[in-house]
Amino acid sequence: MMATIEQYIGQPLLRKEDAKLLAGEGSFIDNQSMAGMAWMTLVRPPFVHATIDSVDTTAAAAMPGVVGVFTAADLQGEWAGSLPMVWPITEDIKMPVHWPLTGDKIRFAGDAVAVVVAETRGQAEDAAEAVDVQASALPAVTDLEDAASDRVVVHEDLGTNRVVHWSHGGAGDQEVFTTAPVIVQERYTQPRLIPNPMETRGCLAFGSPAAGEFTLVSSTQIPHIARVGHSLVTGIPQNKLRIIAPDVGGGFGSKLNVYAEESLALALTRKLHRPVKWIETRSENYVATIHGRGTLHDCTLAGTEDGRILGMKFVELADMGAYYQLLTPGIPELGGWVYMGPYDIGSYWFEFTGIVTNATPTDAYRGAGRPEATFVVERLVDVFARRVGMDPTEVRRKNLHAPFDVATPSICGLSVDSGNYEPALDRAMELADYTTFRGEQAARRTAGDRKQLGIGVSSYIEMCGLAPSSILGALRYVAGGWDGAEIECRPFGKVVVRTGTSPHGQGHETAWAQIVADGLGVSPDDVEVLHGDTSVSRIGMDTYGSRSVSVGGEALRRAVERVREKARKIAAHELEVSEDDLDWTDGAFRVKGAPDKARTISDLATSAWTAHALPADIEPVLEGTAVFDPPNFTWPGGTHICVVEVDTDTGKTDIVRYVAVDDCGNVINPMIVDGQVHGGVAQGVAEALYEEAIYDESGNLASGNMTQYLVPSATEIPVMLLDRTVTPSTTNGLGVKGIGEAGTIASPPAVVNAVIDAVSHLGVTHIEKPTTPERVWRAIRDARGGTA
Amino acid sequence: MIPAPFDYLRATSVAEAIAALSADPDAKLLAGGHSLLPAMRLRIVRVSTLVDIGRLSDLSYIREDGDAIAIGALTRHHDVANSEALQSGCPIVAYAASQIGDPAVRHVGTIGGSAAHGDPAGDLPAVLLALEASFVITGAGGSTRTVDAASFFTGLLSTALEPNELLTEIRVPKTSGGWSFLKFNRRAQDWALVGVSAVATNGGVRVGLTNMGLTPLRATGVEEALAGGADVATASARAAEGTSPPDDAFASAEYRRALSAVLVQRALQEAMG
Repeated sequence: MMATIEQYIGQPLLRKEDAKLLAGEGSFIDNQSMAGMAWMTLVRPPFVHATIDSVDTTAAAAMPGVVGVFTAADLQGEWAGSLPMVWPITEDIKMPVHWPLTGDKIRFAGDAVAVVVAETRGQAEDAAEAVDVQASALPAVTDLEDAASDRVVVHEDLGTNRVVHWSHGGAGDQEVFTTAPVIVQERYTQPRLIPNPMETRGCLAFGSPAAGEFTLVSSTQIPHIARVGHSLVTGIPQNKLRIIAPDVGGGFGSKLNVYAEESLALALTRKLHRPVKWIETRSENYVATIHGRGTLHDCTLAGTEDGRILGMKFVELADMGAYYQLLTPGIPELGGWVYMGPYDIGSYWFEFTGIVTNATPTDAYRGAGRPEATFVVERLVDVFARRVGMDPTEVRRKNLHAPFDVATPSICGLSVDSGNYEPALDRAMELADYTTFRGEQAARRTAGDRKQLGIGVSSYIEMCGLAPSSILGALRYVAGGWDGAEIECRPFGKVVVRTGTSPHGQGHETAWAQIVADGLGVSPDDVEVLHGDTSVSRIGMDTYGSRSVSVGGEALRRAVERVREKARKIAAHELEVSEDDLDWTDGAFRVKGAPDKARTISDLATSAWTAHALPADIEPVLEGTAVFDPPNFTWPGGTHICVVEVDTDTGKTDIVRYVAVDDCGNVINPMIVDGQVHGGVAQGVAEALYEEAIYDESGNLASGNMTQYLVPSATEIPVMLLDRTVTPSTTNGLGVKGIGEAGTIASPPAVVNAVIDAVSHLGVTHIEKPTTPERVWRAIRDARGGTA
Repeated sequence: MIPAPFDYLRATSVAEAIAALSADPDAKLLAGGHSLLPAMRLRIVRVSTLVDIGRLSDLSYIREDGDAIAIGALTRHHDVANSEALQSGCPIVAYAASQIGDPAVRHVGTIGGSAAHGDPAGDLPAVLLALEASFVITGAGGSTRTVDAASFFTGLLSTALEPNELLTEIRVPKTSGGWSFLKFNRRAQDWALVGVSAVATNGGVRVGLTNMGLTPLRATGVEEALAGGADVATASARAAEGTSPPDDAFASAEYRRALSAVLVQRALQEAMG
């Protein structure tokens, strides 16, 4: 009798990582301390743009418990290089120099001029207050067009704030943008967003200066990349530098970086011969950790009177902030490949100019370039639909790309792995009761109800699974996009996986165990997934850009195959048959025609470990390693529909229904995928209705804490109706695409389109994001001719 | 994140707390701490001695006293919200307390702390003003005085309390008419952008406004119009009369004025309907 082996891929297994997190037994950065440890605090003076006249540390150095106080000049000898930016997207890009501490000027509120090390955190903060910084304030620029005018230049040595210009170069007939029967021109601003992981940043550095060996424990998404980066900054050789990401309380891209504080902690532990710890406060996080978005788009859509989109063109200004962080100028370019949306259009143009401002550096925030692109595309398509008098779903349907299941070149110049967009639109309309709500909307309009209904649609495509190394090279990114996995089968049936991905909430310990369980015929409970430590998982490129399952998961699938190849040889030897006489069936190698003659992976791992009777050409230990470099990106897509109720007296919006139908290819764990969509949509709803980094006229961040920067709570987040269509990716053997960012990419235009739709009959054509109650109220009032 | 250094005294009696305040002009009282502690952690506020009155359990009570209900100053919002005496005798107070922050806040924050903080954006001050509540204040030597609501809130984050006095009790009248408490905010746990409290009385309706000036305010124009026989719509149009709402990056004064009229109208309809 053969046992029927359960198939784990596709099952909503509960997450293996949750038991310890729910029991409070996780170990985050602030849970970690060491004997002899000192605390680091940064001195960030209350300026956004100023010339530094003097930094006097005398009084601070004499404060109780102070180990040392250091300025930029004091530490200059510690640095082998400045903080890295690894994506110089053009040959002539201007490169602001970015040191861990600034010595000449303060260029944004997060710029630190000194660092204090003390025995306790409180003592460090007390002493930081006593550092006497004399600085002469300069006018500040935080508005994009203001900064682009070079009225105030942030880096005098560069001579301009316009530091980079990148053009896609266009495709198709560019004449359509002036000659088409219908031309829609719009301008959209997208404010900066603050990523707000639940856990702020923090790090603990320790090591042996005598041996030149150091370890950095950091709340980071990228231990492997950070090892390269901090080696370049501190001069600690990569083979003497270990980076550990402990439990990490979220990142959303904000921990995809090589930060000044991490390099400082390493340099100070080397200098002071003591472990050094730093924990970021929330207020500090708001100015010193990267922001997302911050764009201004001039948009043109060329179309026909019957609703055919001929082309789309976008010219963008993108806020870089005061310096580049790791990927800053590459983020708008990452959006540059999806401005066609899921539509089959004949003409395409995208270019952007990166502008330096006196604000926090921008970088990857969940979606990174694709939400900015998708928002303007989907707003523009809605405006076009209204212009030609068609339902927004009809215009979308008319222009969706026809289905394809092999990689197909797109107008943007890259090849799309697979796509089938119309079923998602159909399913989303069905789940949204689209026609019913349209009917109710019409009735409320006729009745002149105080609360009006709006329905917003967003059909999207996105590009993830970063990334084919050769394309990254062509795009001037300095690293590769591969990832690795190692499998070690312990005797008696337990399996250890070392993955190069670095999960910080994504559930890889569970999903990866499912992949291994199916491949090796073991229980997911018998698979332990190790990650987040450069000395444990040697080969990795970490977790960001919805890449983990499509690159790291595929590497793991390939490692599984290598384990099976080796195991098959041992099985054939033990069962005294040729390899060809074995089937892999129901979790074991079985002799054809005599399935009871079998060896499981547990049996074979034990044989390989004892190594008492292995074939001559087989090395002991059953293990397999693979590194996967994807041949293409992966391209998820789908349609989201949002139904809102807008109180026309107050401008307040309530979401009454939210539907997300996503296509992320094959699914390993549907519960985890649903969770990613829930979280992504929550952040997208936040972007559409609540969140906005607001700067005052002096360039200060007015929304500098959580009472003023409105991260919505569970109360504000709608119940979501989710479904999926499945169009397997052709980029990897698992057929998976990625789902970490789709919700954030798709949802902002669905919500904003819904809000505007609710009041469009009053004459409102646009409301800036986030569509706050006051903005909605003003739009209604202005449309009515100035009387509310 | 870490407050500047301070001394800490856990008071075991009202007298001890008042003595500590008298001895040190830079001492501050700690009740629920929801306003004080964040300000201390950001080092916006520095105190020499923190006098913790959180364990003075004899100041936590709700009892009926003739036509009034007396509420001990250290009664937690949660207990105010769930008090049967208040739910039947003065329901607007219980309801407003249930709308403060979130459950964690309501289990720690106190009615006295909320009133003594004098925040015009707080939920309870405008309610207490509309109710014409009275405030029992204990001073040096155990002497007490009572201040009415109209005199209690004197300015932005300031009240009639002297530095060495302690608010010990708040007395609200029993109400039997309609009422309404409307809070307009962006997120459930936020302070109100604008709030309206309306209480119907034998003689008419009293209306309190939250976050429409430096102190909680009465909508005197509305009350006057109603007393003069105006209909609700006409009276509501006067909601912002005499107010000076904040004008900041999060809402303009103009929007707050418009909101106040909309909310007053809705509150009056609810309270008088």
